[in-house]
Amino acid sequence: MSQSTSPDDVDLIQLLTPTGQRVDRPDYSPRIAHLDATALRGMYRDMLLTRRFDTEATALQRQGELGLWAQSLGQEAAQVGSGRAASPQDMIFPAYREHGVAFVRGLELTKILRQFRGIDHGGWDPKDHNFHLYTLVIGSHTLHATGYAMGMQRDGVVGTGDPQRDAATMVYFGDGATSQGDTNEALVFAAVNNAPVVFFCQNNQWAISEPTSRQSRVPLYRRGQGFGIPSLRVDGNDVLACYAVTSEALERARSGGGPTFIEAFTYRMGAHTTSDDPTRYRSAAEEQYWRDRDPIDRLLALMKAEDAVDDAWLAELDEEATAFGEHIRTTVRSFERPSSDFMFRNVYAGPHAIVDDERAWFEAYQRTFVDVSATAGGH
Amino acid sequence: MPVFEKFKMPDAGEGLTEAEVVVWHVSVGDRVEVNQPLLEIETAKSLVELPCPFAGVVTELLADIGQVVEVGAPIVVIDVDPDGAPDQLVEALAVTEVAAAALGQAVPRPPAEETPRTSVPIGDLEAANHAGLAGSGIEGGVADDAAAAAGAGAAGAAGSGAVLVGYGVSAAGSARRPRVGMTPIGADLPVVSTAPSASAALAAPAPAAHTHPVLAKPPVRKLARDLNIDLSSVTPTGPGGIVTREDVLAHVERSAAAVLATYPGDEMPWLDTGTVSADGRQTRVPVKSVRKRTAEAVVSSAFSAPHVTVFQTIDVSRTMRLVEKLRNDKEFADVRVTPLLIAAKALVLAVRRHPEINASWDDERQEIVYKHYVNLGIAAATPRGLVVPNIKDAHRLGLHTLAVEIANLTATARTGRTSPADLSDGTITITNVGVFGIDTGTPILNPGEAGILAFGAIRQQPWVHKGKVRSRWVTQLALSFDHRLADGELGSRVLADVAAILGDPAQGLVWG
Repeated sequence: MSQSTSPDDVDLIQLLTPTGQRVDRPDYSPRIAHLDATALRGMYRDMLLTRRFDTEATALQRQGELGLWAQSLGQEAAQVGSGRAASPQDMIFPAYREHGVAFVRGLELTKILRQFRGIDHGGWDPKDHNFHLYTLVIGSHTLHATGYAMGMQRDGVVGTGDPQRDAATMVYFGDGATSQGDTNEALVFAAVNNAPVVFFCQNNQWAISEPTSRQSRVPLYRRGQGFGIPSLRVDGNDVLACYAVTSEALERARSGGGPTFIEAFTYRMGAHTTSDDPTRYRSAAEEQYWRDRDPIDRLLALMKAEDAVDDAWLAELDEEATAFGEHIRTTVRSFERPSSDFMFRNVYAGPHAIVDDERAWFEAYQRTFVDVSATAGGH
Repeated sequence: MPVFEKFKMPDAGEGLTEAEVVVWHVSVGDRVEVNQPLLEIETAKSLVELPCPFAGVVTELLADIGQVVEVGAPIVVIDVDPDGAPDQLVEALAVTEVAAAALGQAVPRPPAEETPRTSVPIGDLEAANHAGLAGSGIEGGVADDAAAAAGAGAAGAAGSGAVLVGYGVSAAGSARRPRVGMTPIGADLPVVSTAPSASAALAAPAPAAHTHPVLAKPPVRKLARDLNIDLSSVTPTGPGGIVTREDVLAHVERSAAAVLATYPGDEMPWLDTGTVSADGRQTRVPVKSVRKRTAEAVVSSAFSAPHVTVFQTIDVSRTMRLVEKLRNDKEFADVRVTPLLIAAKALVLAVRRHPEINASWDDERQEIVYKHYVNLGIAAATPRGLVVPNIKDAHRLGLHTLAVEIANLTATARTGRTSPADLSDGTITITNVGVFGIDTGTPILNPGEAGILAFGAIRQQPWVHKGKVRSRWVTQLALSFDHRLADGELGSRVLADVAAILGDPAQGLVWG
């Protein structure tokens, strides 16, 4: 196994081994002590339904229903573990693969598919779940998140000591983004301003076809240390460890302790997007190595060992997942094209003369078509 | 009642316009589930499996293996209510027509391709648009020019200016839409003379009825005469029904290239997708896929690496005895042992003694790249053509593992599932021409490699053995090598070592 895919065990924070055995760590085990069987089942359900959503969306792309799809396959533990550690008042900035975080935040997942179908620039109101829109530009949102966190400082919602009030920002990005200028600038600003932001880097080993080994001479979390930010590496396929380290980091941020850089060591089991063919640049042996470390199997092994789950519950979940898949398919197929003035609506907060002109021109242009009235969605 | 749904070729990448059908996983009559793999396609970017969007029964496959299909064109028809009465078919088709009419068109569909199709043949505006035939007389009108001048705002509506997402989602959405105030469609459409659909015949003037003299200018008449074409058989598109020069040339092209009909079980699969010449004595087949890659590879290799080939004829009776012994060995019970296995092992051992042969010439940087691993290529004849997958790190494999790997690799190649990774980074290759009964040949190097061993047929022949003429198992070996980095001495020594081991496998113990 190459250096890029095997973590340096000394640095790796792990609370659950790949075979589902607990690891006792005085520093982090107390942070998951309160997670009982119900909580474990909840995490399992989140991960399983996220995967179902992802599988369904991939199939929909292959059926011509979506223009593109970015899979979350294999990264469910990193997303669900960290997402569950966040409080409702925390603000989350996802990249474009954080379907598991979206699910945990309570977003109706089919809303994500509006963008990938090309009928919407976003799909939801970020304020509804304190979950920002997906950002397709690599790393640019790390700056948005840092700025938002600095705004939280100015709003006085950091370090007040009131757990209902104190808030933080968390931003998700990948290994490739750590090589972007934007991300490095964000780390500079976050560090010197002591901003309440958690940088959650999912190192899934591949920036499209570029392995991490060609991106960095040091483990990625040490890039954070270079900016003077407390940084650590967690087993990204261990949902419990991801939960523990993220809750610690968010707590530090909310209390005024500043930023944290988390490198979740995980693996993109699918392609970069549906336009990518990973068999061209990585080996079947490497994929098998990570299939043996599947985050969902790992949690299931633990739950079975601790009698936290029975067959009836699993069967019920299976049925729920099937119905969920059906719901996704029917919802996507019934999406209607939004009216043509939709894209002009949220350009500025208030009315704007240029936008109004453009809207009027576009509506006139639309009326020259036989099959569509100016505002109707068409087929 | 039966309800027919068509699955259209999706854009499996970003902004792809076509894809080739590689294999069908279903056939007509099969019951299919949602998301069940239907077929594999090869796009410009990757090999992709397409899951079925419907549950039902496969009614018709609209594309053959090897056929390149435009994105948006239907590829399979599925009856999503197969338990209904069959006499409702007509009604289902009528619905399709109504749907087309709702798009603002009672449009004839010019045949998207020349293969006649039996079901769901009419009203398919989308396919026609994708084929680039419908609407071609409409584009570039005043309104469109205005749109172009107005810039980006219009581009989205017209389906151009592909962005990250949003195309390929709805074929109708990305096709050109009819505009107000334009010429009625059909009036100036070129009507393709072969296999016109019923509705096309209704809407367009029938070109065959010539009770009046054909209109054409004298130079066009001369052209037709020179080309030996009956002007009355040419479809006119000029103003007032005049036959233009372009009409004549288009007619020549169409009548010169007829699609060769092939059916499963035909004995000439290499003629698939070909076009037959006018006199019916030749077929021209576009070069693509594996054939194209093979051609590129051998040309680049043959004309950049100066090949030298050395030969040796040897007695391999001891190898045959070893093969026989291994076939009865419990440890090898699960795998087929062949002389090729021993030859592969012998070549790996020879490379170990002469690692300089396991190298690559980097012309651009003027360097020789020596490989400290052996990725052993095995040339395999597959239904799709020649592929040379390689066994990674063959130098680290024991005889049994090597046998398993050879078996896996050839089995995978035959099913056409060899991955690009399996094909890349080979270091040295064996081609087993012996399976065709051939003594030997002068093989062409796999590009990027410096040696290739041809393993000939093994026959019983008279041979001088221990001073007497005996019947022995004899074969001929040939090794081609890249003279830029390997001299005659090196190549000869490598071949001599392979021969020595095949002559007496015990030698492998000495060198192994």
